[in-house]
Amino acid sequence: MPHPILQAEEVTKTFDGFRAINALNFYLFSGELRTVIGPNGAGKSTFFDLLTGRAKPDKGSVRFAADDAAPSVDLTALNEYEIQRLGIGRKFQTPSVFAEHTVFTNLVLSLNGPRGVFASLFHRLDSIARDRLDALLKLVRLDDKRHWKAGLLSHGEKQWLEIGMLLASEPRVLLVDEPAAGMTDEETHRTGELLLSLAGKHSIVVVEHDMSFVKQISVNGQVTVLHQGSVLCEGKFDDVQSNQKVREVYLGRGKH
Amino acid sequence: MSSSASASLLDIEPRFFTRAQWASFLVPTLILAVLLPVFNALLPSENLLHPSIFTLNLYGKYATYAVLALGVDLLWGYLGILSLGQALFFSLGGYAFGMHLLLMIGKDGQYKSDLPDYMVFLGYKALPAHWEPFYSFWFAALAVLVVPALLAFVFGWLAFRSRIKGVYLSILTQALTYAAALLFFRNDFGFGGNNGFTDFKRVLGADLNSVETRRGLYIASVLLLAFVFLLYRWLTRAKFGHLMQAIRDGENRVLFSGYATARYKLFVFVLVAAITGIAGALYVPQVGIINPSEMTPEKSIEAVVWVAVGGRGTLLGPILGALFVNALKSWATRAAPELWLYFLGGLFVTVVLFLPGGLISIPGKLRLLWAKSSSKAPAADSLVVGH
Repeated sequence: MPHPILQAEEVTKTFDGFRAINALNFYLFSGELRTVIGPNGAGKSTFFDLLTGRAKPDKGSVRFAADDAAPSVDLTALNEYEIQRLGIGRKFQTPSVFAEHTVFTNLVLSLNGPRGVFASLFHRLDSIARDRLDALLKLVRLDDKRHWKAGLLSHGEKQWLEIGMLLASEPRVLLVDEPAAGMTDEETHRTGELLLSLAGKHSIVVVEHDMSFVKQISVNGQVTVLHQGSVLCEGKFDDVQSNQKVREVYLGRGKH
Repeated sequence: MSSSASASLLDIEPRFFTRAQWASFLVPTLILAVLLPVFNALLPSENLLHPSIFTLNLYGKYATYAVLALGVDLLWGYLGILSLGQALFFSLGGYAFGMHLLLMIGKDGQYKSDLPDYMVFLGYKALPAHWEPFYSFWFAALAVLVVPALLAFVFGWLAFRSRIKGVYLSILTQALTYAAALLFFRNDFGFGGNNGFTDFKRVLGADLNSVETRRGLYIASVLLLAFVFLLYRWLTRAKFGHLMQAIRDGENRVLFSGYATARYKLFVFVLVAAITGIAGALYVPQVGIINPSEMTPEKSIEAVVWVAVGGRGTLLGPILGALFVNALKSWATRAAPELWLYFLGGLFVTVVLFLPGGLISIPGKLRLLWAKSSSKAPAADSLVVGH
C-alpha cells in the first residue's frame, strides 16, 4: 500500500465570510495521478494555494511526507519557495513563463539545484545539466525552439514549457492547473499522454475542465469532485460521471 | 550538435565581452582616464586638444552621476523596482565623506577653530563623539559604503519581506528620501542644516583646489564608472542577472520555482546603495559642497529621467542618458534657466511616448529601417535572441 504523500484534513479557508474550502479531506498517494474536477468556484484554485503556501488555512492540517519512513512536514508553516524546495511544483492556470527569456533559459532557471543568491552569482552549467536540458527540451517538444523568446510561443507551447520547467526542478508532487486550456485537440491528447507517462515516478494532481481530457488521464486513477469547498465524491471516471449528486451540481443547481 | 552546444553557451553563460566589445570598452576608458588627463597636464592651454581642468571637473561630476544612473537602472530596468530615492544613498555617501573633509579643514576655517565652522556658529563646545572616527580617511571611506548599505538593508528588509511592490514601493522610497531631507535640513540634527558641508580644503593631505588633486578626483570618478560598469555587466550576465529579469517579468513564477525573491531584491538594493554611496563620496569634493537639497525627491526623479532617456534595461543607456541630460542641463540652465524643468519634463514625456527604448535604441531602429528598405525583412532571425 503506497503511503499518502500529501494529506489535507478538515481544512477550512474563509475569504471575507465566504467559505472557499470547507472541512476538506484529501489524500494523494505516492505515484498516483489524481484528477480534480468541479464547477466554477468549487475551490480548486484555493485548494492549490493552500497546498503551495500561497494561502494559509483557517483550520485543519496540510502535511507532506516524502516517503513512508520520513516524518511528515506541516506545509501550513512554510512559504512558497520552501514548499517548492520540498519537491512540490505547481503549474499555474494561465501559463507563467518568463516571456523575455529564451525557452532554454526558462528551463535553466527552473533546474533543480541551490537557490541562494551566491549560488546564482557563480552558477555554471555542467554537462550533466546540459544533457538533462536537452532531454527536457525533447520531452516537451521545444527542441527546435530552444532559442526562441518564450513570449513568442503559442499558448499550448507555453503550457508545455511550463510543464518542462516544473519537471526541471525534479519535483515529487506535480500540481497542474488546467494544463489543456488553450490547446488544440491533438496537443491536449499529447499532454494527457505526457502526464500519464509521468505518473508513478511523480505524484500528480491535475485540475481540469475538459471532460474528454479528464477521461483520458483518469484511465488508471481516481477522480475527485469538489463542490462548495468540499469533496463531493471520489472514484473512477465512469462512477463519478454517473453519480447523481455530481450531475446535479454540474447541470441543475436549483436545489439550494 | 556542435552548433547547438555553442549556442547554449551563448545563452546563459555568454562570453563576458567579445574582442570588439573589449575594444569599445577599453578605448573610451583609456581616452577618458589617461589621455585627457595627460593632455590636460602636458598640452599648452591654447592647444585645441587641451581640456581645461574645468572640463575635467565637469566630466568627473558626470561620471559620478552615471554611476548613480546605473544603480537606478539595475533596480528599475533589470529588477523591476522603480526606486524614487536613489539620490538619498548618493547623498549619504557624500555626507559620510564630507564629514571627513570637514574635519580635514582643521584650523583653516572662518573661525580658526578645530571645530567645523557651523558647529562654532551653533555654539558647540566640543566635537560630538560620533564625529571622532571620521578623522580617519579609511573609517570615512568605509562609512561611505556602510551607511547607505545599512539604511538600504533596513528599509529593503522591511519592504521586501512584506512584499511591497510597484507603485507602493516607489512612493515609500520617495517618502524615505523626503523624510531624510527634512531631517538633514534641521540644524539640531547636527549635519549643518540647510547649508550642509562646504569650504573643503584638502583630502589625504592634498590641496582640493590644486589642478593635480582635481585631476586625480576626475580619474578616480572615471575608473569608478568603468569598474561599476564591468561589475554590473558581470552581475546581469550571470544566472543571477537572468533571475533579476525573471523577477521583473514574473516574480510569482520565480517564487514558486523555489527562489526567495525577497533576498535577491535585498541583495541588489543594498549593493546598489553602497556603490551609489561611493559615487556620492567622489561627487562631493569635486563640486565642493553637500547639502540636503541633494536628497529631495526631484534629485532622485531626475536620475530616473536620465535612465529613461538613455535607455533602461541596458548598461550603456543610463551612462548615455546621464551625460546627455546633464550636458543639456548645463546648457539650458545658462540659456533659459526658468524653462529647464519644463524642458526636462517634455524630454521625459517625448522619450516615453516615442522612444521607449531610449537613445540607445536609435541605432537599432535605424538598422531595422535600413534592412527593411534594402531587402526583405529577415523575419526568422529577429525571433531568435542571443546573437
